[in-house]
Amino acid sequence: MSAELFQKMAQSIIEGDADLAADLARQSIEAGLDPLEAINQGFVVGVNTVGESFSCGDAFLPELVMAGEAMKAAVAVLEPEMKRLGAERQVFGRVVLATVQGDIHEIGKSLVGTMLSASGFEVHDLGVDVPTARIIEKVKEVDANLVGLSALLTTTMVRQKEVIDELDKLGLRARVKVMVGGAPVTRDWVQKIEADGYSEDAIGAVAVARQLVGAA
Amino acid sequence: MTRAITSISQPKLRLEVLTPEEVQKIHAATLRIIETVGVRFPSVRALEVWAAHGAEVDRDRQVVRARPELIEAALKTCPPAYPLAARDPSQDLALDGNHVYLGTDGCGVEVIDLHSGKRRSTVLQDVGEIARLADATPEVAFHWVPVSAQDQPPETRGLHEIQAIWENSTKHVQTESIYNAREAQAAIEMAALIAGGREALRKRPVLSLMQCTASPLGHDGGSLDAALLAAEAGLPTGFMTMAANLTTGPATMAGNLAVGNAEVVAGTALLQLASPGAPVFYAAAQTASDLRTGAYTGGGPEDFLYGAATNALADFYAIPLSMGSFATGAKEPNWQAGIENSLSTFMASVVMSDMLLGCGFLHGSRIWSYAEMMLDCEIFAIVHKMMQGILVNDETLALEAIAAVGPGGNFLTHKHTRQHMRDVFLPQFMDRRPYNEWEARGDDARDWALEKARATLARHQPDPLDPRLSAELARITASLEA
Ligand code: B12
Repeated sequence: MSAELFQKMAQSIIEGDADLAADLARQSIEAGLDPLEAINQGFVVGVNTVGESFSCGDAFLPELVMAGEAMKAAVAVLEPEMKRLGAERQVFGRVVLATVQGDIHEIGKSLVGTMLSASGFEVHDLGVDVPTARIIEKVKEVDANLVGLSALLTTTMVRQKEVIDELDKLGLRARVKVMVGGAPVTRDWVQKIEADGYSEDAIGAVAVARQLVGAA
Repeated sequence: MTRAITSISQPKLRLEVLTPEEVQKIHAATLRIIETVGVRFPSVRALEVWAAHGAEVDRDRQVVRARPELIEAALKTCPPAYPLAARDPSQDLALDGNHVYLGTDGCGVEVIDLHSGKRRSTVLQDVGEIARLADATPEVAFHWVPVSAQDQPPETRGLHEIQAIWENSTKHVQTESIYNAREAQAAIEMAALIAGGREALRKRPVLSLMQCTASPLGHDGGSLDAALLAAEAGLPTGFMTMAANLTTGPATMAGNLAVGNAEVVAGTALLQLASPGAPVFYAAAQTASDLRTGAYTGGGPEDFLYGAATNALADFYAIPLSMGSFATGAKEPNWQAGIENSLSTFMASVVMSDMLLGCGFLHGSRIWSYAEMMLDCEIFAIVHKMMQGILVNDETLALEAIAAVGPGGNFLTHKHTRQHMRDVFLPQFMDRRPYNEWEARGDDARDWALEKARATLARHQPDPLDPRLSAELARITASLEA
């Protein structure tokens, strides 16, 4: 019975059906299944399948993103149950992600967010045009160990430095790693602002994030 | 010294990429989107204008919904034709539906250095150098701020940039790098100084402004405020949609056109409601996001079709179009760049898009390349020649010459040939040499294009800006830095 449910769970992810995934998550709770098992033997199998076919070029970005969203929906349902049972899903890290103040470019940042959460990071995406103070506040609130800052304008990339300086001032820099990205971001810039990493695409962003939290 | 500008006019080729019924359908979809879904206008001033004209304004979400009648009435006051004025009046451009003008692309972040060949961040001096080259290049009719002056303060960067262009060229300047009210106000003052006052500026706008919409179905607050000021001052102002299949727009092309159209139409209507009769243009650079990465592609068959389709929409609204062509995703001037830039430019030109933007970029509008700029100009020259079509009359049928040469023989010595040989296109950068010469030298179009840019820059001196005017412009910029 549970094997069949697990398979349905994987399939809901492969089909990118968030409603169905959430529904199956609820069914598993009702059936008294261990939520961690539901994730690892059900939903994650689907994520891995999509990830693999994406890597060999059979699946496309929208399928990957939809799988990620479906996974999120399932986890959201299961999370309270895990808390209740005192179980915790293992996450690689807690990431606060934002496009910096004055900048409304969203796609790249969101893709990075999707890939990170599909790869086992807990992502707090603050959206676009986010002031430094809000980013810092969120870092403290969720006790993040990673910050991802997107900037696509030469006039706004200075905000990446601002966030780093602010973390520094608050003495948070030692335990919060910062990675940056966006069209004008170059290796030189990364060195100049003393960021911990950068990537030119979302897949690379996951590799960088893993490395920064020591989960490579 | 005035230099004639090469523009496409009196086209002989034609292409119908959308039927009138299809245009009507997209228009109807657009009105429906604006009325039922709404468009986001995150600007207090913009929302006030909409509210004052009876649109439904959701202040919390900053979303405006407007009835079709309001939009259609507002669009009626758009002027169908107006000039883009230049510092040198003989270089004024007529946006009248019968010309296609090429501009430089804009806002790049890196440049392949003209001398070292190394890629580096852009600075103010690059803006001036590129403008000077564009000034000397007949295919370039007007400027976008080509790259960002990253060595200047962010809050006045856009002003340093337009001054650098005026210092180095007499052609029209259009900026996409000014997207807040404060800088826009100062830019208008600067333009008024060049034109000889605010009223003179209205008649001869030496500056125009392009703002991006924020797809899907939104605008940027700073951009809106800047656009409202510019329109009020009589500067030609346009909204550019970049709605892209899969990410900021639906996967289907018609749906993506409708989304982009709703953004541009709603933005344009706003400018007309605020400043009726203001010169406005439609701008677009739609594309399809890459299926595997979501990257901005800057090329591909969808781009090419958008290039032609958008003009059908702009024509329907009777406003000039600035169309994103060129802007290849290639990393260097190569096969991909040639294909993407040729086809996008051909498709946008064959339907007579008024402005083409623009030449000079690699890597999806990020890296400026002098070689690419020159090669793009050659693409434009080829399309320019093609658009003249084939002239058929007694003289061009050449029956006399044909009879005189008869079967066999050749036309090289005939007078008719001498009279018309210059009609034949002569490329600057195509390799038509013998194979062994190519083998021995190992150079190609890229080297020649770069050489041309270097040689031009070594000799070309633009008509200088009056030093007093220069000083006044600089004072305006400085006053914002204090
Ligand atoms: C699409 C686009 C827009 C859209 C954005 C739509 C949206 N909802 O996001 C719109 C039309 C709104 C827009 C607006 C503007 N834009 Co714009 N835009 C682009 C464009 C063409 C593509 C960006 C994109 O979405 N790429 C696709 C995604 C998938 O790629 P990406 O963003 O690069 O992200 C990837 C990587 O960079 C990396 N990454 C990104 N963030 C992060 C973060 C971390 C932590 C990590 C590790 C990695 C990472 O991974 C991502 C996924 O693969 C770029 C040019 C370009 N080729 O980059 C110009 C570009 C960035 N825009 C530019 C400009 C100038 C503007 C405007 C100012 C124009 C105007 N006058 O209105 C406005 C900005 C207004 C504002 N205040 O922000 C310039 C900036 C140049 C400069 N000198 O600063 C560019 C370079 C184009 C140009 N040459 O003109 N733009």
